[in-house]
Amino acid sequence: MDLLKNTPLVEEHCRRNALMAPFGGWNMPIQYEGIIAEHRWCREKAALFDICHMGEFLFTGDIVAGGLEDVFTFSVASIPVGRSRYGFLLNEQGGIIDDLIVFRLAEDEAMVVVNAATIDNDFAVINSRLTGGTFRNISAETGKLDLQGPLAREVLTTLVPGIAGLPYFKFVKTTLLGAEAMVSRTGYTGELGYEVFLPAGKTVELWSRLLADERVKPAGLGARDVLRLEVGYSLYGSDIDETTTPLEAGLAAFVNFDKPFVGRDALLRQQTEGIRRAKVAFQVGSRRSPRHHYEICFEGRAVGTVTSGVFSPMLGCGIGIGFVTPEVAVVGAPLTIRHDRVSMDATAVELPFYRGGSLRA
Amino acid sequence: MDMYFTKEHEWVKIKEGTAAVGITEYAAHQLGDVTFVELPQAGKTVKQFDTLAGIESVKAASDIYAPVSGKVTEVNEALNDRPEIVNEAPEDAGWIAWIEMADTAELAQLMNREQYDEYVRGLE
Repeated sequence: MDLLKNTPLVEEHCRRNALMAPFGGWNMPIQYEGIIAEHRWCREKAALFDICHMGEFLFTGDIVAGGLEDVFTFSVASIPVGRSRYGFLLNEQGGIIDDLIVFRLAEDEAMVVVNAATIDNDFAVINSRLTGGTFRNISAETGKLDLQGPLAREVLTTLVPGIAGLPYFKFVKTTLLGAEAMVSRTGYTGELGYEVFLPAGKTVELWSRLLADERVKPAGLGARDVLRLEVGYSLYGSDIDETTTPLEAGLAAFVNFDKPFVGRDALLRQQTEGIRRAKVAFQVGSRRSPRHHYEICFEGRAVGTVTSGVFSPMLGCGIGIGFVTPEVAVVGAPLTIRHDRVSMDATAVELPFYRGGSLRA
Repeated sequence: MDMYFTKEHEWVKIKEGTAAVGITEYAAHQLGDVTFVELPQAGKTVKQFDTLAGIESVKAASDIYAPVSGKVTEVNEALNDRPEIVNEAPEDAGWIAWIEMADTAELAQLMNREQYDEYVRGLE
């Protein structure tokens, strides 16, 4: 039996009576005072998330000669130093092994940030595709806290003045609490926010320092899931996985066909032949929540499956995404979401569901 | 009013042969933020322990079972707009429905407060 792993903050979570649950092999906080209250706090103030479970790998060497350039669906070599890029690690069939972000730390250095449940497999796959350089899994020694919300900048500039003018998807290396750290203007909530990478041994101190500010409250994975779905972000393991291609998932914008990568041929074939299923986003006509695995129906016949669904506090109704036969994935299509005796009317809509976030502030 | 409880965490309060039904504080806490309550139709006849209503929170969807058999005489329409009342006052303003009891002998199948509290302690 695999034992659940704890982040350095486990005692802090328990002290705050967080509801803890397994997530990707980790013992993680789902909620503190309540998912909706934490969601609201993130949309209005600044919410702090323990993201230490996610994985970090460090590549050092020549990006092109070492083979890192050809590993992902995007070009690493063309990322300017100090910026990051989102994309995919694919299998030969074009299926998504993981979605991830690469941070270009220096001309000869890049950090890859991956999902928690996929750390070991990602490392093995990427490592097997490299032809040079050094590649290290630095997940255990790296802590990560996300501060997200319209007040995140005001709060964090008191500790890191250098982030004041930081644009979206740009980061700075800095000294934080006497240690080397990296602060990136990225996140997963649709709000203005930062991801702070620092030595694992410093996370408790930063957590406490940020929570001493009354504008900051902790938020769990429950709120994070509602926040990310409201802005239409995919969740690995639910919405995308090795059986899903970026084209099916509506994420072709993160694939650069002008460069080599594993899975490219399969995606080009899929482009020519057409996709067999497509992502659809839909809004329910009531407060009911669609749930993972509920059936999506069109004109009385089953056409697909829900992969994520929640009640959206911002919209006051159920929202969800799923996969359907391509002809049905059309904005405005009337759908029915079904499970056992539950049936709810829904309409296919454009993403994001919620557009009022402070992301670009 | 006499109050009884089910193992599925419904409560029932008896008043002159009619029973108010809701979910317990323990259940409301376990569910988390309630976002939707599927109320039964007034006039519907239910059997003891059959599905009476549905309840959804951000985390999960669950059934609410009828603690007693009978006819639904009234439902708590306030929950349509403010389902969060179930979290705020589960054993009071967050009631779900009133049922005109068909057989008061069914109460013998339920727990009193002391037995229910003991039952919940066993779950923790």
